Amino acid sequence: MPQTFPQNKGSVLDIVNLTMNFGGLRAIDAVNLHVKQWEIVALIGPNGAGKTTIFNCITGLYKPTAGDIFIQPPGRKRKRVTGMKIHKITKRGMARTFQNIRIFSNMTALENVMIGRHCRTKAGVWEAVLKNKRTRKEEKDIVSQSYNILAKVGLTQAVNELAKNLPYGAQRRLEIARAMATEPFLLLLDEPAAGMNPYETKELDELILRIREEERISILMIEHDMKLVMSVSDRIYVMDYGEKIAEGSPSEIRENHVVIKAYLGEEFDA
Amino acid sequence: MDYFLEIFWGGLTRGSIYALIALGYTMVYGILELINFAHGEIYMIGAFTALIVSTALAMAGMKGLTVFILASVLAVIYASAYGFTVEKIAYKPLRQAPRLSPLISAIGMSIFLQNYVLLAQTSDFLPFPGLIPEFTFMQPYAHIIGSTEMVIISTTALIMLLLTVFIKFTRMGKAMRATAQDRNMAMLVGIDINKVISSTFILGSALAAVGGVLIASHIGRINFYIGFIAGIKAFTAAVLGGIGSIPGAVLGGLVLGWTESFATGYVSSDYEDVFAFAFLVLILIFRPSGLVGRKTIQKV
Amino acid sequence: MRKIKELRQSLLISVWFMFLTFPIMVIRVNTIDNIIEWRWMNMIYVGLGSFVFSFIWRYLLSKKQSGAKLLKADKPAYLLPMQRIFANPWMQMSALFFIAVFAVIFPFVFSSYQINIMTTALMYVVLGLGLNIVVGQAGLLNLGYAAFYAVGAYSYALLNYHFGIGFWTALPIGAALAALFGIILGLPVLRLRGDYLAIVTLGFGEIVRLVLENWNEFSFGPSGISNIPRPGFFGIELNFEQVSAYLYFLVIGICLLAIFVIRRLQNSRIGRAWIAMREDEVACQSMGIDMTRAKLTALALSSMWAGLVGVIFAAKTTFINPASFTFLESAMILSIIVIGGMGTILGVIVGAFLLILLPEYLRALSDYRMLAFGAAIVLMMIFRPQGIVTVSRRTYQFSDENHAPDISTK
Ligand SMILES: Nc1ncnc2c1ncn2[C@@H]1O[C@H](COP(=O)(O)OP(=O)(O)OP(=O)(O)O)[C@@H](O)[C@H]1O
Ligand SMILES: [Mg+2]
Repeated sequence: MPQTFPQNKGSVLDIVNLTMNFGGLRAIDAVNLHVKQWEIVALIGPNGAGKTTIFNCITGLYKPTAGDIFIQPPGRKRKRVTGMKIHKITKRGMARTFQNIRIFSNMTALENVMIGRHCRTKAGVWEAVLKNKRTRKEEKDIVSQSYNILAKVGLTQAVNELAKNLPYGAQRRLEIARAMATEPFLLLLDEPAAGMNPYETKELDELILRIREEERISILMIEHDMKLVMSVSDRIYVMDYGEKIAEGSPSEIRENHVVIKAYLGEEFDA
Repeated sequence: MDYFLEIFWGGLTRGSIYALIALGYTMVYGILELINFAHGEIYMIGAFTALIVSTALAMAGMKGLTVFILASVLAVIYASAYGFTVEKIAYKPLRQAPRLSPLISAIGMSIFLQNYVLLAQTSDFLPFPGLIPEFTFMQPYAHIIGSTEMVIISTTALIMLLLTVFIKFTRMGKAMRATAQDRNMAMLVGIDINKVISSTFILGSALAAVGGVLIASHIGRINFYIGFIAGIKAFTAAVLGGIGSIPGAVLGGLVLGWTESFATGYVSSDYEDVFAFAFLVLILIFRPSGLVGRKTIQKV
Repeated sequence: MRKIKELRQSLLISVWFMFLTFPIMVIRVNTIDNIIEWRWMNMIYVGLGSFVFSFIWRYLLSKKQSGAKLLKADKPAYLLPMQRIFANPWMQMSALFFIAVFAVIFPFVFSSYQINIMTTALMYVVLGLGLNIVVGQAGLLNLGYAAFYAVGAYSYALLNYHFGIGFWTALPIGAALAALFGIILGLPVLRLRGDYLAIVTLGFGEIVRLVLENWNEFSFGPSGISNIPRPGFFGIELNFEQVSAYLYFLVIGICLLAIFVIRRLQNSRIGRAWIAMREDEVACQSMGIDMTRAKLTALALSSMWAGLVGVIFAAKTTFINPASFTFLESAMILSIIVIGGMGTILGVIVGAFLLILLPEYLRALSDYRMLAFGAAIVLMMIFRPQGIVTVSRRTYQFSDENHAPDISTK
């Protein structure tokens, strides 16, 4: 069971009363959610429940209507990041993948990961033109670090392959690698197993656990594959119609009547 | 007061023309998300066709309203034919291409059509025959509003009315609205997208041609370049109102017409075109969704 | 059977185009002498032309579709035979050598008329390379590039007129001012979607031109500024021939500098960020790239080259007026990169030479220049969006043995 990992410390992400309206539609309604250090948390719920919208609010893509988002990277001060610019949030240590894969299709796998290193490197226009020693070293480091990350997700074979030519499962792993390259303390995965076959899902299961182990980071994951969710997560949040309807350990969630009802509909509730 | 009224009606006249052209931009954008850069050229070709036909008929000895009506009808037919053909050649093969490709293709088409008219006709300004007769009942108001202006404003109003009826109640109008909302969904419910797109281009071009004939008889001269400036101004009007919205295009056209009229009437006429461009830049910066357009958040 | 169907289709198309072009191509009214000219021959040309062209069109479209399938099947992209020859590094080196020798002896062999034409072509190479930074690399369509060119030209002309500032001082000032204009324009508009940005830059370009035309006290209006001094050569007065050669070498130098700088940028952290931005703006920002900054950098760097060439233009022609900086000028530079090949240095160079030299040497065609460019842009977008020169982008090639970076062309 996943609970074997070192006892969880303080929370790294706190979402307080987060609300998001689209015109008349309330996609998220006063949701509270938190993720602790080294924790793997799953966010589940039926289609349209508002899960991706939460990710978009956290990562700055959407400006929430109300509520707050705080982060506290390990060893750093607590900080409010609500409404901050997207790239600044990534720089502060939260990186994500997308439900509909958004890799840079005409760049190679390695180049995709190298983009992830952008916010941790410095070379500007002058450095690019002059290409002095420091810049050459930085470039070299970007390459070797990116290669190592590709190795972690098992994509060394495809290193020079254009991303659009990779199989689906590999593209999803590439997105994870790219996000990891930004050195996050919290990795946000939006349906990482979508479209994967059972074998690939199994591999993903191991990958997620290994990332937590080796990188010592927290993971917040949206997923519909219950087997994966139950096997990797420490805690689970359940959403329906923009509201949080349950939270707890995998075993608690499995028994929860409200959750079963939300997933299977009213008539099943006999 | 008379000066004010004169400027007011002048602005309304201009605005009506902008609105007529802007409708073409807005309808195409609504359906294809494409800035049809060649639209101004269609308007210019409409005006040219009218000029050629009416001059030829006048030389053949015909007179008055018959010439005007024949010329307008032919202008509308030809402009629609050009609009239809331009879509088939320059945009249809690029439906699946990256977003900038059809826009660049549109720019190419615009340059091509301009030079086509320039080479086949002339680079000089040609006098456009005064086709609209002076009405005697307008005489007392002649210092405020001319007969041509009157005709322009009422024709535009009538066309807007017809267009609204078309969009609201006809089968094709409904199909257009459906396609604008969600192209894939429209396709799934059995709407022939190609037909809708072609109709949109034909309709937009016809409106532009009407605008072309009207403004040419108002100003009295045209050349191959009139489409470029008018096109940008009409596009400004479409964006100002909220691109994709039909009432928005009309509103945007009128607001732009008045702004230009009052700015040139009370400030300075040297910078007439600068006002429009500056207006365009400012709206896009501060209110890209336009006056009536709703702000949307890109879905991720 | 299929042949007959195609024939009928082509006939229909040809009839359609004869109808379509009838009023514009056949009739010409002469309002002064009150006569109508009927040019029936034009109708025949259009009919025949469109008949033949419809076959070519169909053939190219079907080839394009099968080409798309080929690409999906991961076959190597189709290369021109010439390009296959030049894939050989030996050939590349010797070609470069010959070009270099030719470039050096050119001004000593040819007349100053020829030299001037070549200088113009080289100036357009730099303009194309500059515009290519925003359009080809960062994926932002700038339709007002001529405005930045104007900023450079007017900087030199006005600074010289009012303060007697010389060419060499004006060169960096013109470049810097153009870059500054790029940033000023960019700051508010970069949030806009791609096609809106195109229109705003177009509007901006027109505003600059109209202001230059109307603000007589500042820019001397449509009559422009004349007697702009040619660049000095360490205080020595040069005669006309010498100045031509001098400017020629100067522009060659700037060309080489542009190629060097742009190559370095392409293969840098910033160049990668531009590509990512072009590919997917949302993902790009989510990877921690400050997109506003990346776009501003691209815009400033791109405008800078226009400013630089603008100063040289003013010095070369010794007379400037707003008519040199119209939308057609921007469209011309855009055609260079679209036709040559967006995003590639070689493509831009080929495009510039083709578009500037061809009309120059085929004088008979020069009237049809813009007509042909317009048509070429449309056709290129449809049938060969990568441009004439298809160099697949240099991707970073990772070599396993030493973990050492090794950049090579794929
Ligand atoms: N940009 C937007 N504009 C308007 N409505 C939106 C937008 N983004 C999301 N929504 C709406 O918000 C609701 C929640 O969407 P969200 O994508 O968060 O669901 P989800 O839980 O991720 O569902 P799924 O499992 O299908 O991915 C949906 O009704 C959706 O249509
Ligand atoms: Mg989702």
